[in-house]
Amino acid sequence: MEWESVIGLEIHAQLSTRSKAFSGAATRYGAEPNTQACAVDIALPGVLPVFNEQAARMAVKFGLAIGAQINHRSVFARKNYFYPDLPKGYQISQYEIPVVAKGSLTIELDGHERLIGITRAHLEEDAGKSLHEDFHGMTGIDLNRAGTPLLEIVSEPDLRSAKEAVAYMKKLHQLVVYLGICDGNMQEGSFRCDANVSVRRKGDPKFGTRAEIKNVNSFRFVEKAIEFEIERQIDLIESGKSVVQETRLYDADKDQTRSMRSKEEAMDYRYFPDPDLPPLVVDEAFVREVQATLPELPDARRARFMSQYGLNRYDAGVLTSSREMAEYYETAVRESKGDPKIVANWIAVELSGYLNLDNKDIAESPVSAKPTTPSQARLPRKSLRRCGRARAMPMRSSPRRASSRSPIPVPSKRRSTR
Amino acid sequence: MFKKTVAELSRALASKAVSSVELTQLFLDRISKYRDLNAFITVDPEKSLAQARAADARRAKGEAAALTGIPVAQKDIFCADGWLTTCGSKMLSSFIAPYDATAIARFSGAGAVLLGKTNMDEFAMGSSNETSHFGPVRNPWDPTTVPGGSSGGSAAAVAARLAPAATGTDTGGSIRQPAALTNLTGLKPSYGRVSRYGMIAFASSLDQGGPMTQSAEDAALLLGVMAGFDQRDSTSVDAPVPDFVAALDHPLKGLRIGLPKEYFGDGLSADVAKAVEAAIAEYRKLGAQTVEVSLPNSSLAIPCYYVLAPAEASSNLSRYDGVRYGFRAAEYKDLIDMYCKTRAQGFGAEVKRRIMIGTYALSAGYYDAYYLKAQRLRRLIAQDFEQAFEVCDVIMGPTSPTTAFKLGAKSDDPVSMYLSDIYTISVNLAGLPGLSIPAGFDGKGLPVGLQIIGRYFGEERLLNVAHQYQQATDWHRRLPKGFD
Repeated sequence: MEWESVIGLEIHAQLSTRSKAFSGAATRYGAEPNTQACAVDIALPGVLPVFNEQAARMAVKFGLAIGAQINHRSVFARKNYFYPDLPKGYQISQYEIPVVAKGSLTIELDGHERLIGITRAHLEEDAGKSLHEDFHGMTGIDLNRAGTPLLEIVSEPDLRSAKEAVAYMKKLHQLVVYLGICDGNMQEGSFRCDANVSVRRKGDPKFGTRAEIKNVNSFRFVEKAIEFEIERQIDLIESGKSVVQETRLYDADKDQTRSMRSKEEAMDYRYFPDPDLPPLVVDEAFVREVQATLPELPDARRARFMSQYGLNRYDAGVLTSSREMAEYYETAVRESKGDPKIVANWIAVELSGYLNLDNKDIAESPVSAKPTTPSQARLPRKSLRRCGRARAMPMRSSPRRASSRSPIPVPSKRRSTR
Repeated sequence: MFKKTVAELSRALASKAVSSVELTQLFLDRISKYRDLNAFITVDPEKSLAQARAADARRAKGEAAALTGIPVAQKDIFCADGWLTTCGSKMLSSFIAPYDATAIARFSGAGAVLLGKTNMDEFAMGSSNETSHFGPVRNPWDPTTVPGGSSGGSAAAVAARLAPAATGTDTGGSIRQPAALTNLTGLKPSYGRVSRYGMIAFASSLDQGGPMTQSAEDAALLLGVMAGFDQRDSTSVDAPVPDFVAALDHPLKGLRIGLPKEYFGDGLSADVAKAVEAAIAEYRKLGAQTVEVSLPNSSLAIPCYYVLAPAEASSNLSRYDGVRYGFRAAEYKDLIDMYCKTRAQGFGAEVKRRIMIGTYALSAGYYDAYYLKAQRLRRLIAQDFEQAFEVCDVIMGPTSPTTAFKLGAKSDDPVSMYLSDIYTISVNLAGLPGLSIPAGFDGKGLPVGLQIIGRYFGEERLLNVAHQYQQATDWHRRLPKGFD
C-alpha cells in the first residue's frame, strides 16, 4: 500500500518591532524577568490595548511579498483561555478576518519547484513564559514576552513530505529575515512552528485524521517530528487502529511525539471581536507606501544573479540566501571589478567555508567586501581564523536564567503545593 | 455651604469666601457624620486635604480653573494612583492602583480634589448597589430603599450632599437610574466621548464614565473636564470638546421632542408616568413641540444587552485569576484548584451569574444563536434611534419604570432587577448620550427622573435642554429630610 502524507504548517514569526503589539513596552530579548512588562502587559484592572502600527506595516510587507490579497479591514479578536502566563485570560489575535489573505510561496526540493499555498497570515500577541525550575514546587511567571507581536502564517495542506515541510519553512524563514520583519532567531523563539500531519492512501481524495505537533523550534526537529508522526500514523492504520485527532508534543531526546490533549479535551476559545480595538484599516495609500519599501525578493534576485552575472542556479541560490550575503557579493563584484563567477566561487565556497567553521554569518565576516580581490581567496586559512577571532562577536548566549525572585510565583500545574 | 452646586462653590472659591481646605473638610465631616449611608468605600482625609492645599496654592498663584479646589467623589471603578480601588469586589478588596485613570488624571489636572471612592455594585453589575462586597448603600430619600445602581454610592453621596458632585459609569443605566432614584442630574456621554482608560472594564463596548451632579450646569462643568480624545483608549473619539457651559443658555423655542410610544406602556408606574408627563408639559410651555416616535425594537434591548454585556464581561473579568494581583484563595491543591477557589471566593453571585451567561453565549455552537444575533439586534436598535431623530431633536421619557424600591425587594429575582433598566439600556446599545434629571416626586415623596436622549455626540444640546428646564423648576434643588 502506498501512503501519502499531507502536511500544513503554522509558523509564528515574531515581528521585530521595538515596542510591543499593544503597549509601549520594549521587546528586547533576555532582560531580567518582568522588567519589560508595563501595566498593559500585566493586565492591570482598567488598562486598554493600543495597536502598534509598525506591526501592521510588517504584516502588509509580508503579504505583498507572497503575492497575497491584503484585507483592507481586518478584525482583532479575543481568544479566551486561562493560563498563568496569559495575563488577560485572553490573547488578542485575528480570527475571522486576518490582515493577510491567500498567497503562495515557491519552494524548491531536489531541483523541482512547487507552489505552496498560504491560507492566511494574521497578527497576534505572544504570551509570557512559565519557568518551572527553581521555585520550590511553584512556577515562575516572566511577562517580558507577553504582548510581543507575532505574525502567524498558516499554509495550505499542500506539503507532501517532511523534507518539503522543511524546505517551505526554510524558504519562509529566509523571506521574513530578508524583509527585515523578523530576526529569525529560532533559539530565542522568534520563529516557531506547529505542524498538522495526516496520512492517506495515495489517490484518496479525502484527507486523513490529522494530529497537530506543537512548538517545534528547529528545522531538524521539524523534519524528525514529522517523519516520526507519519510513521506512527501509518503503523496505526496498518495495524487496524485509527488516528485520533489530537495535539501532540515532540520530544527531541526520545525522538518521538506524544499526546498532549485529545480533540475532546480541546479548548473552546470563545473567539469574539475585541471590543477594545477598532478594526485594523489598511488603505490603498498605506499598501503603496509599504510596497515602496519592499526589497528585491530572494527569488527575483537569484534570477537576476543568473542573468546579470552568468551564475549557475546553485551559486545564485547560495549568494541570495540572505540579504547580507547578496549585498556582500554585489559589493565585492563592483569593487573588485573581477570576474563575477570567480568572486561568486570565492564567496560561496572559500569564504563561506571558513565562516561556517567559525560559526559566523556573512555579516560577521572579518574580510570586508570592499577590497576583495580574487587573490584574497588564497589567504592562508590560519590568518583568516586569527583575524576572525580577533573580531569575534560574543556567541549567542543561551537564554538567561531567571533570578529566583523577580518572576511571579504561582502554583505549578504539575505539582501539588501543599 | 454644603448645599451649593459646583458652579456656586466655584464662585465662592474664586471670591475667597471659602478655601478648598475648608470645603474639603466640610464634606469629609459630612461623610463621617452620615457614614450609615455606606456611600463610600474609601476616604483618605490626608490625601484629600493635601490636594485641597495644593488647589488653594494654585489659586493663590492665579492659576485656578473652574474646578480647582472642588471636592469630587469618584466611583471606585476608576483607578487612582495610590488609592485602594476595589470596584466593589472582594477580588480587588486590597488592590491599590499604581496609576491614574485618564478621567482621574484630568480631574487632578483641573485642580479638583479627590474626596473619596464611592461604593458601587460589584464590577458595576447591579441596579440597586446591593451586590457590593462592601454592603448596600442606603437612599437618603428613604433609607429603607435602594439608591439604584451600579453608581449607588456616588448617587447617595451627592443626594445627601456628602459631595458636591461625583462620577459614575453607565453600561446599561448605571448613572441615569441611580440619578433618577436620588433626585440628581446624571449624564451618560456618547460612547467614545470620555476615555475608558483606567476605568475598570465591565462591558467594553458599552461602558462610559460621566458626571452625577446637582444640576445640568454642574454636569456641563464636569463633562468639560472628563471629555476628550485619549490616545490610550482606541475607542475614544478624536473630536473637539465643545464648551458645554456656553451652550446652556440657548432658548428652547422650536425644540422638537420625540416621545417614544414604547416608553409609556405596560410596566411604567402611574406616579412616574404622571411626573414625566408633567415635565413634558413644562417643556411645551418653554416653547418645545412634541412628536410621537417609535422605537419598535425597544422590547429586545434587555435580552440583547444580557447577551452582549455578559459576553464581554466574561472575557474582561478573566484577568482576575489570583496570579498577579488581587485576591487569591488561601488554600489550594494545584493551579486549577487555585483558579477555581480564587474565583469562587472572590466574586459575588451576580458577577458569577453574568460570567456564566457570557461564557455560555460565546461558546462554540451557541455563538451564532446568541452573540451574533444580539449584535444584529444591536444594529436594529441603533437604527430605530436614527429614524426617530429624523423628526425630533431629543427623545424624552422615564429613566426608570419605578421610583426607589425597598432594599432586598428584588435581590432574589434577577429578571425583575434587570427590568429596572428597561428604558436606559437601549441608549448604551446605540452609543448615544442620555441624561436623567429630577422631574418631581411620587406619592411617597421619592424622586422621579426624566430621561433625555440626544444625538450621537449631542451632549451640548442635551445639557442645554436639561438646564432650561432647571431654570424653570426647582425639583433639582430639593434635599432629602435629615440632610438639609
